[in-house]
Amino acid sequence: MAAEKTDAVAAVVERYGRDVGMLIPMMQDLQAEFGYLPQEELKKLSRAVGVPLSRIYGIATFYASFRLVPKGEHTVTLCMGTVCYLKGANRISEALQKELGLVPGGTTADGKFTFCPVNCLGACALAPVMVVDNEYFGGLTPASAMELLQRIAAGEKVEGVAEKPKGGRAGREARRP
Amino acid sequence: MTTVATRLESPQALEEYRERLRALRKSDARRVRVCMGTGCTAKGAPRVLARFRQAAEDSGGGEVVETKCTGCHGFCERGPIVVVDPGNIFYQGVKEEDVADIWRETVLQGRPVERLLYKDDATGGLARTPEEIPFYRAQRRVVLALNGLVDPKSIDDYIAAGGYAGLAKALTTMKPDEIIEIVTRSGLRGRGGGGFPTGRKWRSCRDAHGEPKYVIANGDEGDPGAFMDRSLMEGTPHAVIEGMIIGGYAVGSSHGYIYVRNEYPMAVEHLSLAIRQARELGLLGEGILGTTHSFDIKINRGAGAFVCGESTALMASLEGRVGEPRAKYVHTVESGVWGKPSLLNNVETWANVPAIIVKGAEWFASMGTQGSKGTKIFSLVGKVKNSGLVEVPMGVTLRQMIFEIGGGIREGKRFKAVQTGGPSGGCIPEEFLDTPVDFDELTKLGSMMGSGGMIVMDEDTCMVGVAKYFLEFLRDESCGKCTPCREGIAQMLEVLTRISKGEGRDGDIAVLEELGALLKDAALCALGTSAPNPVLSTVKYFREEYEAHIREKRCPAKQCPGLFRYEIDPAACKACGVCRKKCPVQAISGERKKPHVIDQSKCTNCGTCFQVCAFSAVKKV
Repeated sequence: MAAEKTDAVAAVVERYGRDVGMLIPMMQDLQAEFGYLPQEELKKLSRAVGVPLSRIYGIATFYASFRLVPKGEHTVTLCMGTVCYLKGANRISEALQKELGLVPGGTTADGKFTFCPVNCLGACALAPVMVVDNEYFGGLTPASAMELLQRIAAGEKVEGVAEKPKGGRAGREARRP
Repeated sequence: MTTVATRLESPQALEEYRERLRALRKSDARRVRVCMGTGCTAKGAPRVLARFRQAAEDSGGGEVVETKCTGCHGFCERGPIVVVDPGNIFYQGVKEEDVADIWRETVLQGRPVERLLYKDDATGGLARTPEEIPFYRAQRRVVLALNGLVDPKSIDDYIAAGGYAGLAKALTTMKPDEIIEIVTRSGLRGRGGGGFPTGRKWRSCRDAHGEPKYVIANGDEGDPGAFMDRSLMEGTPHAVIEGMIIGGYAVGSSHGYIYVRNEYPMAVEHLSLAIRQARELGLLGEGILGTTHSFDIKINRGAGAFVCGESTALMASLEGRVGEPRAKYVHTVESGVWGKPSLLNNVETWANVPAIIVKGAEWFASMGTQGSKGTKIFSLVGKVKNSGLVEVPMGVTLRQMIFEIGGGIREGKRFKAVQTGGPSGGCIPEEFLDTPVDFDELTKLGSMMGSGGMIVMDEDTCMVGVAKYFLEFLRDESCGKCTPCREGIAQMLEVLTRISKGEGRDGDIAVLEELGALLKDAALCALGTSAPNPVLSTVKYFREEYEAHIREKRCPAKQCPGLFRYEIDPAACKACGVCRKKCPVQAISGERKKPHVIDQSKCTNCGTCFQVCAFSAVKKV
């Protein structure tokens, strides 16, 4: 295990020819490999490229896409862009945080879901939109978003479609052409 | 269909290659094009494409039908979109189960499937081709011309459609100075938001001392509600690359970077593939098309920082540092990445370049207004009927954009404002709907063109809430380097939060204006200096809404919790009991067949009853 991880840093550094300018891509590749940036790997990276750990830590905390803690089983990416906001994304965010006991960036106690609100997914025609494990779900309401996550938590394989919410006012509004 | 990897050693070789590709493509070929833009993909386009491919296979090869995925058609509202040739028949909202009908009727027999055609709500008429649809009629597609036609993963498709002809012309018939001269005369201005004259920027970079020079494409599209650059990089990646190679030749650079936003994995994939294909054909690398010009491109993914759309912050990020901007006493064209002259343009700017070289400066300058030439791509989104990607000549009015192309406001609601320019822009009210859209006119209104986000808001939108939304965004995205931005935005947000909670005080508006003026003067970069725009523009045009929040503790749009209340209309209530059961605080009481009532002392304004009522009996008052 230990040997394998050493290789990860060495391989990444090698891939970018030890170019310090490629520090961010190196960290992105490490994150892709581990799902987050483990402290030990960052220390190794610091030694391997000769950049102080403080600077690497600065980068890891400055850019929103880097994580220093592991992710849950499913990643829930909620778009908080302007259109999604106008169509109620903040209410969805509040509902998820409340019902799942989450904070942005956090993971549920059972390790099922990691909640990542992002600035914009650029899929405005689907607003409010959420991506779970790379599948897009559009036209959500707080209730339909929760229902969706419950189905996923129960192990159901849910295909990403711009699902329309059912019933109620929101449902009617969403169904109208 | 796959590229035959032969290096093209001269412009003639490119032309011969193009002719060979065209000869292989019969113009009357039956072709099914499935849009693979983000909207359509999310709505199930990959499964639709798979069905078409299956159908093609099942027909046993007797029918030669080309099925291909293309970039974004723009009409995301109606996705997944499928277009069938010959006839350019346009289908919308296509589901997997519709594929069999399209195959049988249209592909095999050339007849349209009427139920999948676009129906004009106003006239009831059916549109067979995109040209017959109002959404497309007022558009003029120059940059997006090939989006929806070519397969973004095929360099052959791009070349067959005329791609890389601009590069060949520039490299073999023009001197660098002539290229800069043409770009200058065309009147092209930076599409990323700044609107700086592109030719002038190129000239400064060419004249700057220092080696090597860098050419950079900014694809870090950070404005929420904007996806023009995304669709362009995903749909026509070669246009961006071709523009950059020409730019490199013009300013004397052989090193290119494309900085792509982290949230756009498909853009990264398509650009990477496009770069690889261009290298194989000798369109990137050493001695392009047999000339002495060498150029290659690296892709850097952003890591999720809005400020990195700012030029100096982007360059810091390219150097592997945190994306903090610096003061621009010395411009980046003289001292950019690694302290070397760097030419940074937005991806849409780059994608305009090949067409300008091929068709000339006069052609480009014939489109648009006095000060803003050419076309611009907008993402027209929000409470508008037809959300999507729209390319129009500069100078089209906001009214045309929203009501003609966009089809007006959803659900018969009233238009309230249109927000342009992302978090740096402002909200424009109804009285200015006839303003022509160009760089200068929007700036005069206290907003800006920005990268092209156009977010339509209706009567249900609270303008204080919108201003607060943008400031929350900017507070989170401020890098924190300079005090005016770091502290100023936070202070403005505090005042706005107070107002939106009904705790506003007399004088709060003046404080907002004062802080806004301070930020405009004192912040280090454009993020900070433009941060007050959402607040100042809403204060300017919707002052009475701020005053209603502050003085009457009332939210006129009925959005701010606590500043309006929910009531049940006894006439509309059917006493179904759903709201009573769903209310989390048991504030609703009522018996069977009797209208229900909300106990205002218990109600927490959560809005659950409003959401669940199937009879619209719960009202906001």
